[in-house]
Amino acid sequence: MTDRIAALGRRGLDIIASLGRSGRFLAGVLAGIPRPVSGFPLLVQQLYSVGVLSLPIVLVSGLFIGMVLALQGYTILSDFGSEAAIGQMIALTLVRELGPVVTALLFAGRAGSALTAEIGLMKATEQLSSMEMMGVDPLRRVIAPRLWAGFIAMPVLAVIFTVVGIWGGMLVGVEWLGVFDGAYWGNMQSAVNFVDDVLNGVIKSVVFGFVCAWIAVYQGYDCVPTSAGISSATTKTVVYSSLAVLGLDFALTAVMFGDF
Amino acid sequence: MGNRTIEIVVGLFMIAGLAAVLFLALQVSGLSPQSGGDRYTLYANFNDSGGLSPRGRVSMAGVTVGTIESVTLDKKTFQARVSLAIDADIDNIPADSAAVIRTSGLLGDQYIDISVGGDMESLQPGDTFYSTQSAMNLERLIGNFASGR
Repeated sequence: MTDRIAALGRRGLDIIASLGRSGRFLAGVLAGIPRPVSGFPLLVQQLYSVGVLSLPIVLVSGLFIGMVLALQGYTILSDFGSEAAIGQMIALTLVRELGPVVTALLFAGRAGSALTAEIGLMKATEQLSSMEMMGVDPLRRVIAPRLWAGFIAMPVLAVIFTVVGIWGGMLVGVEWLGVFDGAYWGNMQSAVNFVDDVLNGVIKSVVFGFVCAWIAVYQGYDCVPTSAGISSATTKTVVYSSLAVLGLDFALTAVMFGDF
Repeated sequence: MGNRTIEIVVGLFMIAGLAAVLFLALQVSGLSPQSGGDRYTLYANFNDSGGLSPRGRVSMAGVTVGTIESVTLDKKTFQARVSLAIDADIDNIPADSAAVIRTSGLLGDQYIDISVGGDMESLQPGDTFYSTQSAMNLERLIGNFASGR
C-alpha cells in the first residue's frame, strides 16, 4: 500500500519536475535567439521541412473539410429553405475554429513528431553533446531554429487551410449543389468581421504553433536516449500536443467569443 | 535540393500565406480599402428597430448603397435612432423617401431599404428621414390578429 502511494508521489514529482525543465528549456532557447544573420539559413531550412513539406496534407485536408461542411450544411439548411446561408456557415466555422484547430492537429502529427524523432536521435547518437564539446550551443544551433520555424509556419498553414476550405465549400455549394454565387460570398462578407473573426483565428493559430513546436522540441530534447525512449517521446508529442491544442482552444474561444 | 531552391520555395510559402490573409480580408470578410471614406450620414428614427445591427446593409432597389453605423436609443422620444452611412455618389435621394426595415429571407439579417419618393429636393448630409417603417414583428402581428384589432 505504502509502495503505491510512494509510486503516485514519485509520478507527481516527475511531472512537476518535467514541467519545470521544459520551462527552463524554453527560457534557454528564447534567450539564445539574437543572431538574425547567421541563424537565418538554419531557420529557412527548418521552415522548409516544417512548413512547406506540411503543405500537401494541409491543402488536401482543407479541401475535403470545406467540401464536407458544404454538403452537410446544405442538407441541414435546405430544410429551412435558407441554403444561401451556407457561405456564412462555412466561413465562420473555418475561420474561427476548424482552420486553426485541425491545422494544429495535423501539424502535431506531421511536423511535431518528426521534430521529436530527429532531435531524439541526435541526442541518442550524442550529436548534441559533441556539439557542446565543440563549443556550439545546441539550443541555439538545433533547437531554436526548429521552435521558431514551427511558430512561424503554423499561422501560415492555418490561413492557407482556411482559404482552401472556403474554396472547397464553394466548389460543392455553388458549382455542384447550385447555391447562388452572389449569396455565397455576400452572406459570408456580411457575417465575417476581419478583426473579430479572422484576426482572432490567426491569434489562435499563433498560440497553437508555439505550443506544438515547444512540446515537440522539448520531448525530443528530454527523451531517454534509446530507441524505446525516442518512440515514447514521439507518441507523447502527438498526444500532449493534441490535448493542449484542444484544451487551449476552449479557453481561447471562451475569452474571444464568450462575451455574452 | 540546393540551398537556393529551398530559399525560393520557402519564399513562395510565405507569399502564399500573405495571399491567403489578403483573400480572407478582401473576399471573405469584405474589408474594402475604401470603406469609411467618401460617405455621408443620414438619420432615421424607428419605433422598433428589431434586430438591426451596426455594419448592416442599406439598400435602394436591392442595391447596397451604404451601411448602418450605429443604433442608439433617443432618450426623449424613446425611439431608436439609426445613423446610416451612404455612399457619397448617391447624393440625390428624394427628400420624401422612406426608410423601411426589411428581412432578407425568412431567417436572414435585417437591413434598411430606402423606398424612393418623388420630391424634387434631395436629402442633405445630416438630415433625418421624414417617414419610416419599423421592423415587422411577427409576435405583435399574431397578437393583433388574436385580439381582433
